[in-house]
Amino acid sequence: MTAYIVRRILYAIPILIGVNLLTFALFFVLNTPDDMARLALGVKRVTPDAIERWKAEQGYDKPLLWNAAAEGTSKATDTVFWQKSVRLFALDFGRSQDKRDIGREIRTRMWPSVAIALPTFVIGLAVTVTIALLMAFFRATYLDFWGVVTCVAMMSISTLFYIIGGQYVVSKLWNLVPISGYAEGVDAFKFLLLPVAIGVVSGIGAGARLYRTLFLDEINKDYVRTARSKGLAETVVLFKHVLKNALIPILTGVVVVIPTLFLGSLLMESFFGIPGLGSYTIEAIDAQDFSVVRVMVFVGSLLYIVGLLLTDISYTLVDPRVRFE
Amino acid sequence: MPVVLWTDALVFAVAAALVGYVLYASRHEHLAAPWRRVAHSASGVSAAVVLVFFVGAGLLDSLHFRPRIESGDRKSAVYSVYSVEVRSLLDVLLAELRTRNEKTYSAPLALRSYQRESLELPDGRTVREYPRLRFGGAHLKDESDRRYDLGVRGLRAVGLASLAWALATALLVGVAARGSGRAQTDRWDSVWRGETDVPWRAILATLALMLLVLFPAFSLSTHYHVLGTDKVGQDVLYLAMKGIRTALVIGALTTLVLLPLGVLLGISAGYFRGWVDDVIQYVYTTLNSIPGVLLIAAAVLLMQVYIETHPDLFPTQAQRADLRLLFLCIILGLTEWTGLARLLRGESLKLRELEYVQAARAFGVPSLRIITRHILPNVMHIVLITAVMGFSGLVLAEAVLSYVGVGVDPSMNSFGLMINAARLEMARDPMVWWSLAAAFVFMFVLVLAANLFADAVRDAFDPRTHVGLRLGRFLKGRPA
Repeated sequence: MTAYIVRRILYAIPILIGVNLLTFALFFVLNTPDDMARLALGVKRVTPDAIERWKAEQGYDKPLLWNAAAEGTSKATDTVFWQKSVRLFALDFGRSQDKRDIGREIRTRMWPSVAIALPTFVIGLAVTVTIALLMAFFRATYLDFWGVVTCVAMMSISTLFYIIGGQYVVSKLWNLVPISGYAEGVDAFKFLLLPVAIGVVSGIGAGARLYRTLFLDEINKDYVRTARSKGLAETVVLFKHVLKNALIPILTGVVVVIPTLFLGSLLMESFFGIPGLGSYTIEAIDAQDFSVVRVMVFVGSLLYIVGLLLTDISYTLVDPRVRFE
Repeated sequence: MPVVLWTDALVFAVAAALVGYVLYASRHEHLAAPWRRVAHSASGVSAAVVLVFFVGAGLLDSLHFRPRIESGDRKSAVYSVYSVEVRSLLDVLLAELRTRNEKTYSAPLALRSYQRESLELPDGRTVREYPRLRFGGAHLKDESDRRYDLGVRGLRAVGLASLAWALATALLVGVAARGSGRAQTDRWDSVWRGETDVPWRAILATLALMLLVLFPAFSLSTHYHVLGTDKVGQDVLYLAMKGIRTALVIGALTTLVLLPLGVLLGISAGYFRGWVDDVIQYVYTTLNSIPGVLLIAAAVLLMQVYIETHPDLFPTQAQRADLRLLFLCIILGLTEWTGLARLLRGESLKLRELEYVQAARAFGVPSLRIITRHILPNVMHIVLITAVMGFSGLVLAEAVLSYVGVGVDPSMNSFGLMINAARLEMARDPMVWWSLAAAFVFMFVLVLAANLFADAVRDAFDPRTHVGLRLGRFLKGRPA
């Protein structure tokens, strides 16, 4: 088991290097630092001096890959690639365009993101699985039919409408919770209530329909027929046997997103003014702050790879048939 | 002067390819059979009817030209001056909607503006009141006639719609009856009772619904703003109609980019295995591991830098916006092919071990030929299902990306930009709700139709999954 996990971790390293090279190519080779400087300073009437000064401030004034002028090892280290890309591996994220420490921003903004994404994920999963199970229980009835119809209709509505509609009805018409904002500690509850609820509702359509088919696949298997022929009640068959077995693909399927919960949700956070990583990313995109976007790409893929790793491990844990190969 | 934008050319290429596919499929029984199953699904054909209207609007909006604004001498052709603005055929058809702009917001079917203005009375006093609209209901002398006028025009349109529907019905049922060789009245009965193989009743009902909405909407739109006007007084119905093309282009062109990538790389990985498989798997795991929105955002930001530092490459605003749209599709395609590739890899791994492929290899058939003759035809249903299923997701993605600020060019019309603008309007008091409502209705209908159609296609081509909406089958399988 340990050897297996070590092998999976080793396998993740080349992927991270790939992500790093890809972002480096995207941000520094396809568009040179000069282009970035011109964009940051305004395209017209930029003097070469101003560009050089901006590049020096941001640390982009070094050669890209190989510094022939430097001594010894700093031939490789005193370059944009080393300073901006390789150091990400050491979780040294550098500074944003307005000189803030990105690592510190991420550490503080991570928690509001988790506070909204984790409940959305857990409650959402519970609700969708329950609804799917109910539809499977009442399969081939009008209840099931209209359930599926509702699911298809719900998944045809853009998340943006769920958010705007929810904000309007709950916050503006009914005045139940504040429209947007965030507070530390227990006060956060009233700010989180609505985004979490909207997040859950907007995920029901696609989720419940998918899980319903998983349950129906399971229901047609031999062991279920055996259980029925033994005379077990339909509820026991469904809630004990089918649920347990169908939960395996469901749970292992969602493990991959757990680490990415730290990234938060771009839409929810920007609509509800929650100072998490999602809104941080949106602000960076708006301000065209490439250093922040670059770091977020790296952090995002790092978390995704951790998720893949956890998925592999969870497979081996829940299903003994999976061998460590 | 006709203008062919990049996306126009590609949209028509996709349309031509679809027509070609239909012709090809109709001559090959193994392709025609599943499509007949699609045609037998009531929800599938109803969705198809709705989609035809959307695609029609999108194609009309893809025929661009630059109108001539003045031409002096007939003899000297050089003298013709063309406007720098690019228009489409749809703009011409909706000219009344496009040109009759108000000053600012006005509610649907309103006669007066939504904002107070200082008006000077003939006797020199100024009052602040809601001024009459320049175009909306301007033909009415007395404002109290509005209800009557709306009623008369609405009824007339409903009458016309019924007439058009009756004609279409007679034509369809007549043609179908001739095909089946049965008497007209017989045929009518079976259509009415929903007993035909192709669910004509569902098709005709959907058609009736669409006509009953479209006729009144467009006949009223010549004298009113049916969906109101936006901040700068543009007709919201017109803006929403223009959004259709953007949504369709994103869906169609992204699919055009991702299909060859996914098919080529997926099948190669599964068929050749070994280092080819390793490399391709590595590439798609790497791409997959970058959060989608961020990768798209990064690429779009870089594209913006490129466009802004090379302004000389883009002579007109429309061309710039169009190229940005094309880039967006390419970027989306480059990030979205991984799912298809993974599916095809798994399927090819299975197929390559089957006896007929082994036999072909033993006979010395070259790999390329095995792939094109034996593997590709047997994974085409997966490709088709993925393409159809992905479409609605892409339409929804456009809205989110435009909202985040990495979507289409702000000078274009799209549902995402409409929603984005509506966000500020919601905060006004009293609220301006009609832009949002229009974007909602248009998007919902388009995406719902696409989803229902995709379900019907999946049911027909992949008999293992039953996700479609056919109550009949539901109830037949009901336990006693």
